[in-house]
Amino acid sequence: MTVRELTEKQLFHVVNMGNDTDREITKVFCCDLLSIAMGKAPADSAWVTVMGNVNTIAVATLADAACVVIAEGAAVDEVARIRAKEQGVTVLATQEPIFDAALRIHQELNG
Amino acid sequence: MEEAIRLTYDVSPEDFTRAGEASSDVKGKLKRLGVPPDAIRKVSIAMYEGEINMVIHANGGRITVEITPQQIRMVLADQGPGIPDIEQAMQAGWSTAPDEVRNLGFGAGMGLPNMKKYTDEMKIDTVLGVGTTITMTVNI
Ligand SMILES: Nc1ncnc2c1ncn2[C@@H]1O[C@H](COP(=O)(O)OP(=O)(O)OP(=O)(O)O)[C@@H](O)[C@H]1O
Ligand SMILES: [Mg+2]
Repeated sequence: MTVRELTEKQLFHVVNMGNDTDREITKVFCCDLLSIAMGKAPADSAWVTVMGNVNTIAVATLADAACVVIAEGAAVDEVARIRAKEQGVTVLATQEPIFDAALRIHQELNG
Repeated sequence: MEEAIRLTYDVSPEDFTRAGEASSDVKGKLKRLGVPPDAIRKVSIAMYEGEINMVIHANGGRITVEITPQQIRMVLADQGPGIPDIEQAMQAGWSTAPDEVRNLGFGAGMGLPNMKKYTDEMKIDTVLGVGTTITMTVNI
């Protein structure tokens, strides 16, 4: 499933549509601590977190995550939105808890 | 790419909204140079962790990156407080990050371990009250 295909399923609200939306999502990854995500998030993963600040966007770019999903209705602040647009990072959002959001993606991936 | 390419970045202190910009810039340049994605990812992760540590723990500093066809070498120099016990600082989970940055998601104590894990060579020179210089190399 590509990032675009995930957004088209309308499971999540689209905060920012990134550049590289044809890339394949390989895995789901959950963690709120940035340097754990940095070290462990697989490249091309969908990263689910409640941290909606600019540092999440930086880590997603540098660790090569396919997209970010902000769960629990957590706020995505303005600086983060701007950076996501600049860096072309796809950011999605949902009211669902982290586990439920991740499970949905997992189910779509393993269809 | 015949000669070495040298890039220099000043990392401004206490600005989390800009932290990561030097690493992002290097990532973009390495991509355009056609460096293999695997090496780019290693450099990106290691440099970001070092860059953010300079912001959080050392009042900023300066990063020099040297790119040759064989390797990418990063030198991160700061004039912060220095690291009293390198072995302890290198331990996964050890962190002295203050609460306000923990609230942003920092403070897992995994930055230095990530830098070690994603580079082929890493050296820390530190003097208390003078500063810290971290040199990291990723082979291409
Ligand atoms: N440049 C530096 N100057 C002074 N102390 C440092 C520097 N870099 C790291 N340290 C010390 O080493 C500790 C461990 O660093 P590390 O990057 O592993 O974790 P952290 O920055 O606290 O949290 P995380 O990186 O997981 O968000 C820091 O908490 C700090 O005490
Ligand atoms: Mg750190």
